[in-house]
Amino acid sequence: MAGSKEIRAKIKSVENTRKITRAMEMVAASKMRKAQERMRAARPYAEKIRQVCSHLAHAHPEYKHPFLVKRDAIKNVGMIVITSDKGLCGGLNTNVLRLVVNRMKEWEGEGKGISVCPIGNKGYGFMSRVGAEVKSHLTGLGDTPHVEKLIGAVKVMLDAYVAGEVDAIYIGYNRFINTMKQEVTVEQLLPLSGESLEPVSGATWDYIYEPDAKEVVDELLVRYIESLVYNAVTENMASEQSARMVAMKAASDNAKSVIGELKLVYNKARQAAITKEISEIVGGAAAV
Amino acid sequence: MALTVHVDVVSAEKSLFSGLVEVVIAPGQMGELGIYPRHAPLLTRIKPGSVRLKLPNQEQEELIYVSGGMLEVQPNVVTILADTAIRGADLDEARALEVKRAAEEAMQNRASDMDYAQAQAELIEAVAQLQAIQKLRKPSH
Repeated sequence: MAGSKEIRAKIKSVENTRKITRAMEMVAASKMRKAQERMRAARPYAEKIRQVCSHLAHAHPEYKHPFLVKRDAIKNVGMIVITSDKGLCGGLNTNVLRLVVNRMKEWEGEGKGISVCPIGNKGYGFMSRVGAEVKSHLTGLGDTPHVEKLIGAVKVMLDAYVAGEVDAIYIGYNRFINTMKQEVTVEQLLPLSGESLEPVSGATWDYIYEPDAKEVVDELLVRYIESLVYNAVTENMASEQSARMVAMKAASDNAKSVIGELKLVYNKARQAAITKEISEIVGGAAAV
Repeated sequence: MALTVHVDVVSAEKSLFSGLVEVVIAPGQMGELGIYPRHAPLLTRIKPGSVRLKLPNQEQEELIYVSGGMLEVQPNVVTILADTAIRGADLDEARALEVKRAAEEAMQNRASDMDYAQAQAELIEAVAQLQAIQKLRKPSH
């Protein structure tokens, strides 16, 4: 009965692996629900601030904020890359990093300088490994991202934009479509494009600004950008949990089929051993 | 019934209030603001403090604490974009500086990180080789 002990040990180990992947699947499922709620909870603010900004973009001609002005020559590009902190979530991070790297290669080919701001451990590790210029980074967001943590990292990029060190800022993340589907997206963050700020109505009116237009608009636009980044982070987090859930489900299913195959092999080996023993006994009895 | 105005109080992380209100009293930067329906369009910053909402058919005022934010008024909609974090130019600057410093430090330490990663990779390779050698030797015993 050669090998039956080894097969048993192998079955045991695959069973243990399956237990772990099952547990991770369930944890991811419950976290996913929370992450989706958080994503939904962030929507009203994003919607409102977008409306206010679109009013602003169209209502106030005499003061143009640098965020709204398109620059003629784009020499340097800033890239905010949102990834997860942890792995074991299928191709989620690989996909977003692949797209980002492709875009970066394009820009490099056009002779543009690139600086990156990775958010999340995986992106940070990748970017420092490939030797990109990391302007700022943010890791360890945990399961509940807070705007407070993002402020610093985003401000570094915005400051660089205002100072003219970068002429455009892009953001790359996984957009959450549904549990089974996440879409890698690279969007332009700055300068704010006109499309995202379509006028709500054709009316031409202006706000009363207190204390003055410049200050209020400055603060509002910074918050708008932060809200966009925060939204991307929550979307990415919901994507991460659902991708992990799906990946772990696949792993559990695979483990199950491996166990089935191993059991078959084990039973065959057992039967072969029994048959052999019986034929030996019968052969022995006949000889006597 | 008294005139009412639709008010949304939202923070980046969640919606705090949404509904019809008779009066909104908010701590504006230039002073306390009382906003009634059909107010002229206004955009201002609000200070940390409490926003008071007088709901129709209700004696008690609704109180919502906000740590600053922006207030947008339109004739029939009032939006309060509340901050979830205590904000201030200095504070934001400090946050940015800290992030920047961490990034620069990481850039400087990259050489040593690279060495570490390389050493780790070499170690893994060496262990794999050892295992392979052991496996090769086993049958001969």
